[in-house]
Amino acid sequence: MSNYTLHYSSITKKIIMSLVGLFLITFLFLHLGINLTLLEKFRPGGSTDTFNIAAHFMGTNIVIKVFEVVLFGGFLIHILFGLILQIQNWMARPARYKIEGWSHTSPFSKFMIHTGALIFIFLVIHLLDFYFKAKVFGDIGSVTIDGKEYHDMGALVLAKFQSIGFVIFYVVLFIFLGFHLHHAFQSAFQTLGLNHSKYTPFIKGLSTIISIILPVGYAIIPLVIYFNS
Amino acid sequence: MDLTLKIWRQKDSKSKGGFKTYHVKDISPDASFLEMLDILNEELIHKGEMPVNFDNDCREGICGACSLYVNGRPHGPDSAITICQVHMRKFKDGSTVTIEPWRSRAFPVISDLMVDRSAFDRIIQAGGYISVSTGGVPDANEIPINKMKADEAMDAAACIGCGACVATCKNASAMLFVSAKVSQLALLPQGQIEAKRRVQKMVKQMDYEGFGNCTNTGACEAECPKEIKLTNIARMNREFIGAKLGAQKMKL
Repeated sequence: MSNYTLHYSSITKKIIMSLVGLFLITFLFLHLGINLTLLEKFRPGGSTDTFNIAAHFMGTNIVIKVFEVVLFGGFLIHILFGLILQIQNWMARPARYKIEGWSHTSPFSKFMIHTGALIFIFLVIHLLDFYFKAKVFGDIGSVTIDGKEYHDMGALVLAKFQSIGFVIFYVVLFIFLGFHLHHAFQSAFQTLGLNHSKYTPFIKGLSTIISIILPVGYAIIPLVIYFNS
Repeated sequence: MDLTLKIWRQKDSKSKGGFKTYHVKDISPDASFLEMLDILNEELIHKGEMPVNFDNDCREGICGACSLYVNGRPHGPDSAITICQVHMRKFKDGSTVTIEPWRSRAFPVISDLMVDRSAFDRIIQAGGYISVSTGGVPDANEIPINKMKADEAMDAAACIGCGACVATCKNASAMLFVSAKVSQLALLPQGQIEAKRRVQKMVKQMDYEGFGNCTNTGACEAECPKEIKLTNIARMNREFIGAKLGAQKMKL
């Protein structure tokens, strides 16, 4: 079988992977921004109102709703193409070496499918716990802010992170997300042919920074909630 | 030096292979790795056994024929060097050396340590050449070429097509080889005339041969005996995107 699955060449598939991946990273920043408004609660006299209003906006705004479809499509394409590419890669070496090589190069790049699979499992659990709970199951309390009724997503999040097991699961998965991103961001630029003697070192540095600040930013929230209640 | 060798033996492409252990004694540390194998083969012939098949030709690191995967590394323990140029002093006396053929679906084993690398030839045949008439030999300074570009093209052209990049890549991807061959022509004016067709045809053939996909791990660059750079892969991706988006629809 040739490597021409779906009538896309190997490079085209990788370009799609990288473009979608970069789009997903922008979503991670947006999501983190909204999450961080939860920390408002832990200031003296603070509440989860900002978070609830933001969550409401994300759930109802028409532009966001269109992008929600794009986002789900993006996740699906990233996962589907990632799987196809990986299966082809496994098939490209039917007989393994007795002594596997271990070049001293990007260690995280060797485990993208594994960290990706873990992130996928996390994503399913995370969506079931929050997104589908709000959208489909609907068994969420409500809260009135300035005379308007909102889903009390803030209370749902606060309740979830009372369990230490849940907190640990989230924090560990954020670490794996960091491993994934550490290779992903700079690799996307290489795939898109954006390699330059001046800017590539900067992109690589940025990749490391993103792989640290995103997981740390995300991990702060469950940790703060757990240790403040 | 006394060594224990674990060597992949396989009669032909159809038979099932396996590792066989050999012991070689009194090998000079100044012998080359292939001379050590020659000594082993002499002994095997004396004993009436089949000698170990392995590819080799120039034995000075320029032809790209030798292709041994030694102790988990293509071309053995040294960097930026082919296995024919490695001397036995790089190994410890009394140690065990495991020798395997390149492993890739696109490089089927012909016999023992010899693999069929004609997939590379077919990629070159798909477009790794200049077919437009460029006339007679021009005056040396007639076509101005940036020195940096000329150097980059020369560095890419250093690729000897040995296949170490495929052998070491966890995905058995041929991107470093193909990108070096695309780059050496794309960087120079004579090569740019057919560049858009070339990159598409060569990538299509690469995919057809069954190599894996690039994950930008960089093992190829680390193990390449000619130190071909990953920047070539980025250049090929750039060329490919440009050809797909910018060029007219063409029959490949």
